[in-house]
Amino acid sequence: MTAGVFLVLSAFLASAVEGVEALTIVLASGVARGWRSSLTGVGAAVLALAVIVAALGPALTVIPINALRLVVGGLLLTFGLQWLRKAILRASGFKALHDEDEIFSRELAEARTAAPLLRGGVDWYGFTLSFKGVLLEGLEVAFIVLTFGSTQGSIPLAALGAGVAVVLVTVLGFAVRAPLARVPENTLKFAVGVMLTTFGIFWSTEGAGGDWPGSDAALFAILGFVIAMSFALVAVLRRRKRTMLVTAGAHT
Amino acid sequence: MRHVASFGRFWWNFVVGDDWVAAAGVVAAIGLTAALAAGGITVWWVMPLAVLVVLTVSLRRAASG
Repeated sequence: MTAGVFLVLSAFLASAVEGVEALTIVLASGVARGWRSSLTGVGAAVLALAVIVAALGPALTVIPINALRLVVGGLLLTFGLQWLRKAILRASGFKALHDEDEIFSRELAEARTAAPLLRGGVDWYGFTLSFKGVLLEGLEVAFIVLTFGSTQGSIPLAALGAGVAVVLVTVLGFAVRAPLARVPENTLKFAVGVMLTTFGIFWSTEGAGGDWPGSDAALFAILGFVIAMSFALVAVLRRRKRTMLVTAGAHT
Repeated sequence: MRHVASFGRFWWNFVVGDDWVAAAGVVAAIGLTAALAAGGITVWWVMPLAVLVVLTVSLRRAASG
C-alpha cells in the first residue's frame, strides 16, 4: 500500500514536470509553424513511445526481481541525484531557475526565423521540433513508469499516475494556450528528485542483497532522510552563495 | 559513425548527466553494499550514507566550478 501510493505519486509528479516542458515546445512549434505540423509531430512521438513501452515493458517482467531492483535502483539513483543536484543548485542560487515563459519565447523566436520546409503539406521544422520535444521528455516518463512499475510489480499503476498527469497538463495547456509558467516547476522537480532518490536508495539496497528494517515502511524514513539532507545542503549552499556575493561586493 | 557517437552521447547524457562523479559514486556504493551483504553484514545504512557523501561532493564541485 505504502509503496503503491509512492509509486503513483512519483509517476504523476515526474510526468507532470516532463509534460509541462514538452507542452512549452509543442505550443511554440504550433504557434510559429502551424498546428497541423506540430500535432503530427506529437502523434508520431506518442506512437514511437508506445512502441518503446510495448517492447520494453514485457521484457522487464522476465528479469529476476533482485537483478531488476539492483539495476533499476542504481539507474533511479543516478537519475534522482541529477534532478536533486539541479534542484538544490537552483534553490540555493547557483543555477538559474527554470522559466517556461523564457524558454517559450526563445523556442518561438527560433521557430519563426527558421526557413519553411514543406513536404506533403507538413512543415518539417514544426514536425521535428514537436516530435523531438515530446519524444525526449516522454522517454523520461516512459523510463520512470517502466522502472517504477516493473520493480514494484505494477506497471499499470505507474502508468495511471503518469497518464493522469499528462492528460491534466495537456488539457490545462490547450485551455490557456500558453506555457504553464504558474506551475511551480522548480518545486516539482525538487519533489521528483527526492522521490527518485528515495526509491533508488531503497531498491538498490534490496537488489544488492540488503534488507530494510520495517520492510516497505522504511520508505518513509528514507524519504525523511532525503528531504532533511536536501534542505540542509540548500542551507549550506545559500550561506556559501551569500558569502561569495559579499566577498565579490567588497572587491568592487 | 557519427550517428553511433550521437546515440552514445544521448544515453550518456540521459543516464549519467552533468556529473560523472555522482554516477561513479552510485556504482561504487552499490558494489560496496553487495560486498558487505555477501559477508553477512547489515547494510541498510550504506546507501543513505553514500548518497549524502556523493551529493555533497557533486554539489561542492558544481558550486566551485
